[in-house]
Amino acid sequence: MTTTPRTSGVQAGRLPPEALAENFQDLHAPLDHHEATVAADRCYFCYDAPCITACPTAIDIPLFIRQIQSGQPDGAAKTIFEQNILGGMCARVCPTETLCEEACVREAAEGKPVEIGRLQRFATDGLMSSGVHPFARADATGKRVAVVGAGPAGLACAHRLAMHGHDVVIFDGRAKPGGLNEYGIASYKSVDDFAQSEVEWLMQIGGITLRSGEGLGAELSLSGLRPEFDAVFLGIGLSGVNALRADGEDRENVSDAVEFIEGLRQTGDLSSLPVGRSVVVIGGGMTAVDAAVQSKLLGADEVTIAYRRGRENMSASRYEQDLATSKGVRLMFNVQPVAVYGNGAVREIEFEYTENTGSGLTGTGETFKLAADQVFKAIGQTLEGAPEGMTLDGNKIAITGAGRTSLAGVWAGGDCAAGGDDLTVTAVAEGRDAAMDIHASLMG
Amino acid sequence: MADLSTNFVGIKSPNPFWLASAPPTDKEYNVRRAFEAGWGGVVWKTLGLDPHVVNVNGPRYGVIYGADRRVLGINNIELITDRPLETNLSEIKAVKRDYPDRAMVVSLMVPCEEWAWKEILPKVEETGADGIELNFGCPHGMSERGMGAAVGQVPEYIEMVTRWCKANTRMPVLVKLTPNITDVRYPARAAHAGGADGVSLINTISSITSVNLDTMSPEPSIDGKGSHGGYCGAAVKPIALNMVAEIARDAEMQGFPISGIGGITTWRDAAEFLSLGAGSVQVCTAAMVYGFGIIKELNAGLSEWMDEKGYTSIEEVTGRAVPNVTDWQYLNLNYVTKARIDQDACIKCGRCYAACEDTSHQAIAMKPGRVFEVVDEECVACNLCVDVCPVEDCITMEELQPGMMDLRTGKVVEADYANWTTHPNNPSAKAAE
Repeated sequence: MTTTPRTSGVQAGRLPPEALAENFQDLHAPLDHHEATVAADRCYFCYDAPCITACPTAIDIPLFIRQIQSGQPDGAAKTIFEQNILGGMCARVCPTETLCEEACVREAAEGKPVEIGRLQRFATDGLMSSGVHPFARADATGKRVAVVGAGPAGLACAHRLAMHGHDVVIFDGRAKPGGLNEYGIASYKSVDDFAQSEVEWLMQIGGITLRSGEGLGAELSLSGLRPEFDAVFLGIGLSGVNALRADGEDRENVSDAVEFIEGLRQTGDLSSLPVGRSVVVIGGGMTAVDAAVQSKLLGADEVTIAYRRGRENMSASRYEQDLATSKGVRLMFNVQPVAVYGNGAVREIEFEYTENTGSGLTGTGETFKLAADQVFKAIGQTLEGAPEGMTLDGNKIAITGAGRTSLAGVWAGGDCAAGGDDLTVTAVAEGRDAAMDIHASLMG
Repeated sequence: MADLSTNFVGIKSPNPFWLASAPPTDKEYNVRRAFEAGWGGVVWKTLGLDPHVVNVNGPRYGVIYGADRRVLGINNIELITDRPLETNLSEIKAVKRDYPDRAMVVSLMVPCEEWAWKEILPKVEETGADGIELNFGCPHGMSERGMGAAVGQVPEYIEMVTRWCKANTRMPVLVKLTPNITDVRYPARAAHAGGADGVSLINTISSITSVNLDTMSPEPSIDGKGSHGGYCGAAVKPIALNMVAEIARDAEMQGFPISGIGGITTWRDAAEFLSLGAGSVQVCTAAMVYGFGIIKELNAGLSEWMDEKGYTSIEEVTGRAVPNVTDWQYLNLNYVTKARIDQDACIKCGRCYAACEDTSHQAIAMKPGRVFEVVDEECVACNLCVDVCPVEDCITMEELQPGMMDLRTGKVVEADYANWTTHPNNPSAKAAE
């Protein structure tokens, strides 16, 4: 008997290969030249444009759109890359609906913003696919900087430092560079191995050496790096995963959503990936949505996102929520897991309704159970392996100014550093700005 | 319901919309389609003497686009009809026979010698056509051969040829004017003096629409070379409206019939031409861009607007705005307005601010939260903010009532009309008596 969405347990191959290939295509097909021209014509070229303010990397959006309008998409790409060297990935993964496109005056005017994200992709894809790297490296300064973590913050930092003539070594504990761009983003947002091509393209600046398989706290130590380099940048992300704190969470088929997402990104064969018939994802962020939607696309029969607070508190945008429901995912609000049941493997999960009493979130005492043969935890990541002697702010590395940590000559940025949203684009901004601060301090 | 029918220089038409002499009126097939669609009349594409002219065998049109490739203007290097005279005449006769209620005007262009006009006029008359239009406007190709705009730029020639035509046909004679002159009143007066029944204007404007920056050839490019063409479409409407108004308000030509042409795209454009003195209007580019179907919007829109305003006939609209076209020196300098921004309608794009701050009078303040407010002390009421605002009616001009203070000048607004002719700064001012 063949496996179908309704086959019990955690099974691979619930959908035929053609259906899987179709499901995991590019979420938004790229704009073609005509579509880009039509979309670009809608930009009003606002004064001190709100979209620029809303962009963590402050890309001059009206300028790049005007460059597309006037027939120079490569010039547009250069405008983007000057502010954000990972503009290609950001065009794919930015929650533009809560950033530039939310701020677009045409959102206020017509409820339909200029499609900034897709236009950015049109411009950046064009230049990147031609293999051109639009920046040249300055004369070598002789200074050496260690960048720990090859995620968005580290890559942005490394590129900017290299551009200014410094020699950069990027260390990353994983086999491939890219960080969450490579391992943490839903497959349909970054198809055709884009994260790796982007790193290769970025490295064309020269002066950057990548050392994969060397992670902080394992092969490397900060105290070992500091004497060897003129400066160190930490973009180590958040590698720990929060626990559910529900009884029975150690049962089989209860796992971290980030691992599931990583498995999807790294597999060469979607039909070999097992997924439950009834999947429950606990959490309210982009990771929860990415895991839930992809479970559904792999062929799960029923997928539920269970979030302990109300819809308005969900960190996944309304757009992401609607994407999930459009794929058949059910969203449940104000429910928290209390126990996971099953004989070895999970079979059902018990929730308690919650309410916000004003003094915080409390359980109402009323509970219910959901069938679940697979549970994903997507309740946030935590900093793991912060170097000793480093001041923390909450659970993250404390920084002042453009990423300066409490240790001299050590900067930090991206998700591991305090402040800012945990977004790719924010990490790029922080890496870039730290690089400029490192450059200023090294060059006196 | 308003009556849209017209009797223009004795030519009757069920509505004021004629297709101008141009590619859409070159053949029986097209004209029949136009009449089926509801057009009131056509000016058949210009006939000449045999042997007929030839056209280039490459592109004939260049274009100017607005946002989203909306056509704002087209120029062309097409000549008059490139079919034998007899073919056109027999087709005109056939169409007129089948559509007796529609206006059939025939555009003509023959050499500037009386024998040529004597030869062609009886042939046109024989088709049953309602009138002729003398093409003294075509700016390209034909003008190099001493016809078209080459005649239209010399008032004496206009008068002479018009006189020949009036002497040799019973049909009403319209003279089509070229805008490629400095003052349109001179050629119009010449047509008037020659006995023309009316004028049609404007013909197309000499133009180069663009240059191909790879080949360094003007567009449209014929084997790497380009020639100036005739520009038309929405982009030329302001030029045409002014020329129509200049003739309408000229003392020497009071009541001289005008067929308005130049960028008419919607009913509103047509109403504007009528208000400035046109008794009929001609359309070409809009039909070439959108097809003959636009006649439904033109007719319905004009009718609806006339009903709304209580106008029952086209004659009631013709010339209504002419008394309000005046010289600058007579404009009321005591009319004071200030820009007002509707904060609820504002989408905070800041274009008004950029325009005013960079290029005008620094009269818009940008406040926290992207709130844009007019600074009355600086506002000269230039209207640029209104023009660049993407939201209609978000910025408007409010009139200061007499007795109110104009914070820019520090003067109280006066109720009396006062213009430049009596202004103390005018060296030749006459003291008001």
